[in-house]
Amino acid sequence: MSEQKKDQTFLEVKDLKVEYFSDGQTVHAVNGVSLKIERGKTLGLVGETGAGKTTIAKSILRILPDVGAKVTEGKVYLDGQELFALPEQEMRKIRGNGISMIFQDPMTALNPVQTVGDQIAEVVRLHNAGSKESFEKRAREMLEMVGIPGDRYHEYPHQFSGGMKQRVVIAIALACNPGLLLADEPTTALDVTIQAQVLELIGELREKYNTAMLLITHDMGVVAQVCDEVAVIYAGRIIEYGSKEQIFDHPSHPYTIGLFGAIPSMKEDEEWLHPIEGLPPDPVNLPEGCAFHPRCPYATEECKKKPIEMYQTADGHQCRCCHMGAAKKGE
Amino acid sequence: MGKYVVKRLLWMVPIVLGVAVLVFTLMTFCPGDPAEIILGSTATEESLALKRAELGLDDPYLVRLGNFLSDTFLHFNLGDSWMSGVSIAESIKEYLPRTLILSIIMISISAVVGIPLGVIAAVKQNRWQDNLCMVVALVGISIPSFWLALLLVILFSVKLNWLPAMGIGGFKYYILPALAGCTGGIAALARQTRSSMLDVIRSDYIITARAKGVPEGQVIVKHALKNGLIPIITVLGTQFGRLLGGTMILETIFVIPGMGQFIITAVNGRDYQVVQIGSIFLAIAFSFCMLVVDLLYAMVDPRIKAKYSGKSQKRKKVQANG
Repeated sequence: MSEQKKDQTFLEVKDLKVEYFSDGQTVHAVNGVSLKIERGKTLGLVGETGAGKTTIAKSILRILPDVGAKVTEGKVYLDGQELFALPEQEMRKIRGNGISMIFQDPMTALNPVQTVGDQIAEVVRLHNAGSKESFEKRAREMLEMVGIPGDRYHEYPHQFSGGMKQRVVIAIALACNPGLLLADEPTTALDVTIQAQVLELIGELREKYNTAMLLITHDMGVVAQVCDEVAVIYAGRIIEYGSKEQIFDHPSHPYTIGLFGAIPSMKEDEEWLHPIEGLPPDPVNLPEGCAFHPRCPYATEECKKKPIEMYQTADGHQCRCCHMGAAKKGE
Repeated sequence: MGKYVVKRLLWMVPIVLGVAVLVFTLMTFCPGDPAEIILGSTATEESLALKRAELGLDDPYLVRLGNFLSDTFLHFNLGDSWMSGVSIAESIKEYLPRTLILSIIMISISAVVGIPLGVIAAVKQNRWQDNLCMVVALVGISIPSFWLALLLVILFSVKLNWLPAMGIGGFKYYILPALAGCTGGIAALARQTRSSMLDVIRSDYIITARAKGVPEGQVIVKHALKNGLIPIITVLGTQFGRLLGGTMILETIFVIPGMGQFIITAVNGRDYQVVQIGSIFLAIAFSFCMLVVDLLYAMVDPRIKAKYSGKSQKRKKVQANG
């Protein structure tokens, strides 16, 4: 334990900016995101649809489409190694091995014409030396580990239910014991009873291999259950960042406060939901200053002028708002 | 799976019977006297009547249809050509291999050139490689095969003297006709491959494959192309079926006595028997092509295979689980 004392940062993303181009327009998907994950810890990335969460994960893995998407700025370090500087061939060795990803929709994430066993064995074969039998054996082990009988190795994805497909996706992602798991809404497409099982499964396997995880979600319940730290993202920017306790007990940004306000209380009899008024901004024309100001009840002239700095409190809780005090009191 | 094949083979019976009845009826009611065509316009009335009686043309339509169907399908007696008197079965035995070889060579060239062109175009969508491939496809579909055939003959036979200009013989004789005839197939395949690859290449499972660290070449061939194969196989199958009956122009230019020439000569000469048998033969050949296409679907896509196997497999699974 003592040797791990100094810097435990495993993944560091620094000032990442990603743009998409379509029809002559530039879509500012990610606008300067920085985050850190320690070995074995989980960071929850929370935000609305279109906030740039998936783009961040794909940028880390460098699997954004070649045409129409570009990382314009920023650096990613995995265990001190700069990923964007690596040649494609080296990067390929990291994908599925050092970092792997669980995708949002298990129904479409598996190749329909390859047996599930082969799909697991493929990732093992790509990153390990050995015989065909050893790859198959490992794939069978992984199947059993995610709770699917090994003799279903030769079946195809269409013979599996949605929850089982997601288990296969998880088996593929964890087959090479990656140091970092990017989980992109792993439970969104599943029904509620399966959600809990899948989260538990991911948790168990991660504990076994001490895997760090970036969990992308818009489900605060999942965050509360799984994460150590939380980053709230809005219009491609992190607007609040802190430990789970800090975010849940003292939400500071008006947007985060709004998010919690949108969750109906179980204790009181509530007639209406309390959504955040307005819509997320168009990423082609982001508002000047704070991107949230058109929807923010506390917005002043100051918010519209220039980008807001990240304020940091003594205990490391970060928030990108110049009216933090007012927002907190208002709640 | 076996059940499915048997079912499909049984389905061929009504199809082939239908074609036989249809062709026979059309030929019967189309104007022109075969006896006169065979004997020429100088023949006497008596010899014409004699010929008609010999061919059975005086019998009522239904009797002749019955005789034709029973001869063909019950006794497998395909009859003789009315023009040359040669046995049709013998002729098909002689002509079919030539057409078959030519068709196989053409479809192979089309596949080997067309599919990679389509894949490159899809992978490099909207870049110069894509434009180049699609221009090649456009040119390929626009060039008439008889014109290309003549140019090829001028270059390779007349100027360079590398390849024979016409006739039949060894493999050399098939090269020019195949080259001249494959451009349309290349174009069709390239375009079909491009569009089905574009459908597939943005799929989630392609991103999964990349995220697993699969090298790009394998992503394209193993994951994308295999999923995009279904429409490509369809095009291959229909092209091949059409080639079996339709290499007429090339067979004429290169003087290859094949099925195309055989049937077209018979149509021109009102050689009823040959036209009927030829049409039935083409119907059977085309049905087999389609059957092979459907079986290839099942080989490529396990979901289609499951559909073919239908209930039997489900029942097996229930038994296994229960």
